[in-house]
Amino acid sequence: MTAILSVNDVDAGYGPSEVLQKVNIYVDEGEIVCLLGSNAAGKSTTLRTILGMVRARAGTISLRGEQIQTLSTQQIVSKGITMVPENRRLFAKMTVRENLEIGANMRRDKAEILTDIDRVFLLFPRLKERVAQKAGSMSGGEQQMLAIGRALMAKPSVLLMDEPSMGLAPILVQQVFETIQQINADGVTVLVVEQNANVALAIADRGYVIQTGRIVMSDTAKAMLANPKLRDAYLGELEG
Amino acid sequence: MTTQSAAGSRYRLFLERFPVRRFVLVLLALVIAYGGAAGSIATLRAGRFSGEVWANLFISGVARGSVYAIIALGYTLVYGILFIINFAHGEVFMAGAFTAYFVAVGLASKGMLESNPIISIGILFVVSSLVSMGVAILLERIAYRPLRGAPRLVPLITAIGASLFLQYTFRGFYGANARAYPTIPAIQGTWEIGSFPVQKVHLISILGAVALWLVLFWIVERTRVGREMRAVGEDREIAALMGVDVDRTIVFTFGIGGALAGAAGILYVFLFNQVIFTMGFFPGLKAFTAAVLGGIGSITGAALGGLILGILETVGPNLFLDGAGVPSPNQLIPIVAFGILVLVLIFLPGGFLGAPDDKSRA
Repeated sequence: MTAILSVNDVDAGYGPSEVLQKVNIYVDEGEIVCLLGSNAAGKSTTLRTILGMVRARAGTISLRGEQIQTLSTQQIVSKGITMVPENRRLFAKMTVRENLEIGANMRRDKAEILTDIDRVFLLFPRLKERVAQKAGSMSGGEQQMLAIGRALMAKPSVLLMDEPSMGLAPILVQQVFETIQQINADGVTVLVVEQNANVALAIADRGYVIQTGRIVMSDTAKAMLANPKLRDAYLGELEG
Repeated sequence: MTTQSAAGSRYRLFLERFPVRRFVLVLLALVIAYGGAAGSIATLRAGRFSGEVWANLFISGVARGSVYAIIALGYTLVYGILFIINFAHGEVFMAGAFTAYFVAVGLASKGMLESNPIISIGILFVVSSLVSMGVAILLERIAYRPLRGAPRLVPLITAIGASLFLQYTFRGFYGANARAYPTIPAIQGTWEIGSFPVQKVHLISILGAVALWLVLFWIVERTRVGREMRAVGEDREIAALMGVDVDRTIVFTFGIGGALAGAAGILYVFLFNQVIFTMGFFPGLKAFTAAVLGGIGSITGAALGGLILGILETVGPNLFLDGAGVPSPNQLIPIVAFGILVLVLIFLPGGFLGAPDDKSRA
């Protein structure tokens, strides 16, 4: 009832193709929730629909009780939700600092923006070393750090993350998920989409499994980790 | 049959491996370079022009190139954010300069151009920039915004249509005749730099263009709206995710490109003294050439391309062609200008400062 973000019976798709069918997800304040599924199951589309990048054709999406499914992306993010997109999608021609600054594009509190940049540097010291470097010239791990830092600069209360482990070495994946825990501990609610079920469930409170556009399972993370059916039926071939 | 084709296939293999196209192009470039060099040497040997004449040609080339550069910024800004070529940009330039003509006539009739030249020139710049800015914003709203997401050819055709529409609309408003701009006595004649006389209008055009370019560079690189423009140019969807108002940013881009074209229109009439409803065509095309030469999407490239083109236009025909015995070489300015464009596109498809593998290829 008091979910900070809830997706109710949402249908969505691109052109003639239906991707999501009657998707229901809720995230309570302070939780880490993961949405698991194989390739093309509709994970990214779910996040993109929440942010208005894909229009919901039916159903409602609410953020703190307010319906947002008809708003533009720009209006939605102004309500305190943002995303670390799939493949990071940094502004490659801008410097690290400019990427962080544009993350804070909606804010007007100049002094606080500066302290928040320092806070991101505290979280990711590597970024401080590269502050004047173009984002496109950095390694995959550094880019992921910058993408997370850029999202944090918006001071979101809800953070969506689209496959943060993609293309990273296992040791970096561990680091990224530890960072997600840390961000969550600082009061940010997190909805993370992953193919890598073990890593995601290890830090999540609850999880959903999506398959060909439908939610087919939802449970606490603990129960899902212990559930052999999860592995066999839905994620088997993708376990890393 | 097999024996006969053995030699044939070896020949075919040779043909396939031999880069015929490249060879022809390099040969062509060498011929042109040789022709240009031979012509230049002959011109200089004949000594028809004094050093002072060359210096004057060079300065007038820089002045003209400065104006091209400022118009070119409009192409490059819009391309950098929307990846379309706004071929109606020449008409945006015409609209401001032509409208300001009537203001200039009004000011002249009150004697303002003589008594208060600085205020008058300021008024002309403001009027021209505002009109061009308005036309550019309307153009975006009416002609381009409804076509966002359409295949690239569609806005290109629309641009040509919009260009003709604007030309003949202004012909309807202001008539079909060429009109001579009233002269501003304060900017006639020359200033001595050291002991070298430079035409005032040349110096004003150059300094004005430098100032405009610096202001634009500052806006794009150092201000919030400039950062938003760059963000929309790189990734529109993610820019929106950062809370950037994409539509407003695109309108701003057209507006600032238009304002620059309007200001360039005043510099242009300082140099060429007349307005007509078709006046946008050639400067527009040449500014587009300049933008491509420098590397479209690059602000520095627009400046570089404009200067190179302007200098080639004034110095080029006299240097390359005069000595080669070509009569009245200055009539061949467009051949030099567009010939250079073709050569640059063949050998450097991205222009001087553009990345050839960028998506910035139209």
